[in-house]
Amino acid sequence: MPHTSIFTIRNLSAVFQNDNGGLCALENISFDVKPREFVCVLGPSGSGKTTLLRILAGLIPPTSGSFTFGRGEEPSIGMVFQQATLMPWRTVTENIKLPLEVKKIDEAVARKKTKEMIELVGLTGFEDSLPRDLSGGMAQRVAIARALIHDPDLLLLDEPFASLDAMTRERMWTELSNIWQARQKTVIMVTHSINESLFLADRVLVLTQRPGKIKMDMEVDLPRPRKDEIRYTSRFGKLAKRLRGAIE
Amino acid sequence: MTKRFIPILLSLLAFLLGWDLLTRFSGIPNFILPSPLSVWTRFLKAMSDGSLPRHTAITLTEIVLGLIVGVLFATVVGYMLAKSRSLEKVLSPYLVASQAIPVIAIAPLLVIWLGDGILSKVVICALIVFFPVLVNTIVGVRAVPTALYDLMNSLHASRAQILWKVEAPASLPVFLGGLRIGATLSVIGAIVGELVDAESGLGFLLQLGDFQYDTPMVFVAVFTLIALALMLYGIVRMLENKFLKWQS
Repeated sequence: MPHTSIFTIRNLSAVFQNDNGGLCALENISFDVKPREFVCVLGPSGSGKTTLLRILAGLIPPTSGSFTFGRGEEPSIGMVFQQATLMPWRTVTENIKLPLEVKKIDEAVARKKTKEMIELVGLTGFEDSLPRDLSGGMAQRVAIARALIHDPDLLLLDEPFASLDAMTRERMWTELSNIWQARQKTVIMVTHSINESLFLADRVLVLTQRPGKIKMDMEVDLPRPRKDEIRYTSRFGKLAKRLRGAIE
Repeated sequence: MTKRFIPILLSLLAFLLGWDLLTRFSGIPNFILPSPLSVWTRFLKAMSDGSLPRHTAITLTEIVLGLIVGVLFATVVGYMLAKSRSLEKVLSPYLVASQAIPVIAIAPLLVIWLGDGILSKVVICALIVFFPVLVNTIVGVRAVPTALYDLMNSLHASRAQILWKVEAPASLPVFLGGLRIGATLSVIGAIVGELVDAESGLGFLLQLGDFQYDTPMVFVAVFTLIALALMLYGIVRMLENKFLKWQS
């Protein structure tokens, strides 16, 4: 259904110059994303997942290929990195408000929206805390709130929970899932966790080892909203096994 | 608060007492080592005849103007050097060479070129302040985490927004460290200039006292200089306490 896609990626390749000539990180990546679809890009380390996300965010240019959003406009982007990447001199409120400041949104409107976001990610009571006083999970929630506050066309998540401990990570899956239900964004998330991709995504793309190519494009037909228990169903197990088989 | 000052006060009293005993019982004549009391009397006299306030005001003006000019140039040049490796390659030999020459060696030249008025002292002061502030500006701007640039770029932030919202606050701690060194050095700069040739200022007063064997006057001038240096240092510390609360 190409007419319903909002994001079209065609023949994307990335080659980095190094001492041995060139290092091919991505080769001929093509896929489409539908509006409000949650797509996970799954792959082993060194498969160029992060490179793909950085290209889509416009942080680095691709060596060849193209990607088009909507009818060719520049999408506004919300991005969450592996580390929370907060500004240590700004409070929780000020960190979350940053995208609105960059977009020069009226201060009163910005304050109201920030307050809403703080409630959505469950940080009420920590409005004036500095990043140094936050736990890893709380810091990453600030980062997610910051990525959503300007109502971006596209949410790009680069292994956002990789630096968290296992328990916090699983709690964050549920929270992200709920936030996504509430906000209905188009999401592309990079991860190396099979469980994470199945729990969150509508669709999982599996990348091969370097140079990254798309090896598998799998729909995740698990019902929503997804609860923690879904991970113990046989359907989840079957899908996990298929993904496991696709990853080298 | 008051508890912090008790050790300082005690050591100051011990110093004065030791000094007083030395002048009383060592037999050193007053024009070589004046007693604390004679320095104090000389200080009161210099205050009441208006000579000390007048000369202090002139030296302070030189210092403040020199600091402003030096810090301004150092910050602008430092930022440009931090951003451009090629510019650094071209300019750094000159900058290092300029530091290899003691200011005291070129001070007479500057007085010949710029006259024995306030201008030559401001320039000498600015020269001595320039280097530590420059180096710390470069180090501070280079140490800004790349992740914060990625964040700002993903939000399509402008160069000015990156400068004021990321680079300035992130490099402020290191910059203020340089300013602290520069502020104390600025006192040396002004005095070096005044000792070469001047009609007024604390350096002039110091030299006058020296020529006239008015050693208590020399002491008064030296102590006033110490007080100026401590005051400048204190102001920078106050700035640090105000703007770097997020650090400690």
